[in-house]
Amino acid sequence: MTVSTEFGGTSRPEAGGESSPEKLLAPVLSAYWDEDRSWTLDVYRRHEGYEGLRKALAMSPDDVIAYVKDSGLRGRGGAGFPTGMKWQFIPQGDGKPHYLVVNADESEPGTCKDIPLLFANPHALIEGIVIACYAIRSEHAFIYLRGEVVPVLRRLHAAVHEAYAAGYLGKNVLGSGLNLELTVHAGAGAYICGEETALLDSLEGRRGQPRLRPPFPAVAGLYACPTVVNNVESIASVPAILNKGKEWFRSMGSEKSPGFTLYSLSGHVANPGQYEAPLGITLRQLLDMSGGMRPGHRLKFWTPGGSSTPMFTDEHLDVPLDYEGVGAAGSMLGTKALQCFDETTCVVRAVTRWTEFYAHESCGKCTPCREGTYWLVQLLRDIEAGKGAMSDLDKLADIADNINGKSFCALGDGAASPIFSSLKYFREEYEQHITGGGCPFDPAKSTAWADHRTEVNA
Amino acid sequence: MTTTPSEQGVSLGMPQLPAPDYPDDVRARLEADAREIIGRYPDSRSALLPLLHLVQSEEGYVTRTGMQFCADMLGLTTAEVTAVATFYTMYRRKPSGDYQVGVCTNTLCAVMGGDAIFSALQEHLGVGNGETTGDGKVTLEHIECNAACDYAPVVMVNWEFFDNQTVESAKRLVDDLRAGAEVQPTRGAPLCTYKETARILAGFPDARPGAVEASGSAGPASLIGLRLAKGEQPEPRIVHPRGEERRDAAPQDESPADHLSAHDAPQKTSASDPAHPAGPVTEEGE
Repeated sequence: MTVSTEFGGTSRPEAGGESSPEKLLAPVLSAYWDEDRSWTLDVYRRHEGYEGLRKALAMSPDDVIAYVKDSGLRGRGGAGFPTGMKWQFIPQGDGKPHYLVVNADESEPGTCKDIPLLFANPHALIEGIVIACYAIRSEHAFIYLRGEVVPVLRRLHAAVHEAYAAGYLGKNVLGSGLNLELTVHAGAGAYICGEETALLDSLEGRRGQPRLRPPFPAVAGLYACPTVVNNVESIASVPAILNKGKEWFRSMGSEKSPGFTLYSLSGHVANPGQYEAPLGITLRQLLDMSGGMRPGHRLKFWTPGGSSTPMFTDEHLDVPLDYEGVGAAGSMLGTKALQCFDETTCVVRAVTRWTEFYAHESCGKCTPCREGTYWLVQLLRDIEAGKGAMSDLDKLADIADNINGKSFCALGDGAASPIFSSLKYFREEYEQHITGGGCPFDPAKSTAWADHRTEVNA
Repeated sequence: MTTTPSEQGVSLGMPQLPAPDYPDDVRARLEADAREIIGRYPDSRSALLPLLHLVQSEEGYVTRTGMQFCADMLGLTTAEVTAVATFYTMYRRKPSGDYQVGVCTNTLCAVMGGDAIFSALQEHLGVGNGETTGDGKVTLEHIECNAACDYAPVVMVNWEFFDNQTVESAKRLVDDLRAGAEVQPTRGAPLCTYKETARILAGFPDARPGAVEASGSAGPASLIGLRLAKGEQPEPRIVHPRGEERRDAAPQDESPADHLSAHDAPQKTSASDPAHPAGPVTEEGE
């Protein structure tokens, strides 16, 4: 392996070699984002758009569910639950309306895959929605888009309009007898609404607070009716599976984590951005092909799937980034948001900021999360400011332990993750803040422009 | 509030009077919009979030009149509407500027320069978090992760993306906004006012010609993996997207000494911060 993770931009993988991007990457959803007007129906159809839907409509709804289940597609929103199984849980013949709700409330710190996907290729989602609604026998679907992304909202409005006009939505879709309404719903700023039951409460016009389960949304979801809640990328992956076949899908990734997915590289890397690849690629491979860390710096810590997934260090560069691989290494694949921080970054500062985020975004329903995140912030601020005591480190771990697994939803677990993992890998750095009476790092050195100054001054 | 400062702590004061109604013509117009919104949902209450965006598009923030209107349209109490309006950060509860400048200070953007940008803008504009410049043009806020981490540090103006910002580019951005110059986001459409943005959020598509097309299919970072997979070399990372700025421009007006303690000190972002609008000490319905 090359050394590019240590000194970025110095090595280029040889063409055709093991680390050649042509072989390691597999653009499917992102395959033509570089085309002019890629978000339009015309361009989508030029790339076999809505062909998957035609194939699905030729099957029975139950067969579509079985097909998606057999493909092995797992949820791309964080938890990795099999998509087809979620669809199968919807009770059929119950006489109640069924709903599909797409979770486009992408807010997990570090996560930035659904927004570019919807900006460049919204029809992949809409086609997936029609297929899913046909399968679960739903006549009304919703896209719950976070409100803070108006450029994406514009393109969703336009794409839904196009899809209605072309007969992919509305009455009797493509002559199949399926009637389908699709409503684009803009949220109003609340991280917690990415949690599926909080999202449902929010979509019902309430405060976004998680519900106690059971009952699960598949039984009593939106308006207490059977509801599937799927992530954008999960649904958008369905048309290609139907069109190109489950065997094609299973030819990528591993037995338990098949298929392709979007990896989002960000932070102190030479080339941040979206990299669509089969599941199981490693961070080392991604960095090798993309120019590594920024020149002259080395990887210090990173998250495999957003801030709620326990952080990794440079020991974990070769962990296969699939559900099992990351799980076995003590974290979670999450949203594949690979936030990379180099040696200029203070881990206490990073964790403090994330914890402030969780405290701000805690909905307040469950006491351990609401109160625990508050006290974590107080302790962390003291430590970062050099006013902490050694006993605070155990107290941090203790409070995190009292949040983890003790609230309705995973926000509390997410808040505990950076605490546990940073104490595990960087306890010494916390201690330095306490013994040294403050933060030993210069934040100016970790900015995107820090090294340009050095060049100028040299 | 109906109490004057001299009454505070002495008397409980009078109960708050009902909010004044919209003028008839405004109400008629909003009712037509509201009915269209309500028609999108199987259950009317689902229309509450878009209706709050709608009333925000009328007055620039969610007023008591606006909340009363939502309650009337949906058959809810004002308390039920207030409970929702105060939960979500995108609903403003006081008059604010035409342009909301949101600097991401979640960890990744903060580390990459968001903290430096936010503190520089506070100083440059002479306003604090959530405050508006005297000319009513710019409201400065720090925001949470906006799903653009591959473009860090990110600034949002009226929820359009301004990617890969520097201290210098962000200062020029707010200067342009205050001067009324046309400002083009990195990803998104030419800026409209906050009220017009709120109307799009209420579910009324942006009718301006070219708004959907603006800024092309995808930003450079979104395409980087695709280009590599096609055997192309990635384009050099764009650090300064806005115009002709120099690479060395940003750092000159901030000395490392300013940063060491001052800006690395955690921002007051948690709900424990009494100054924070979402904090526990904020009175409901205020």
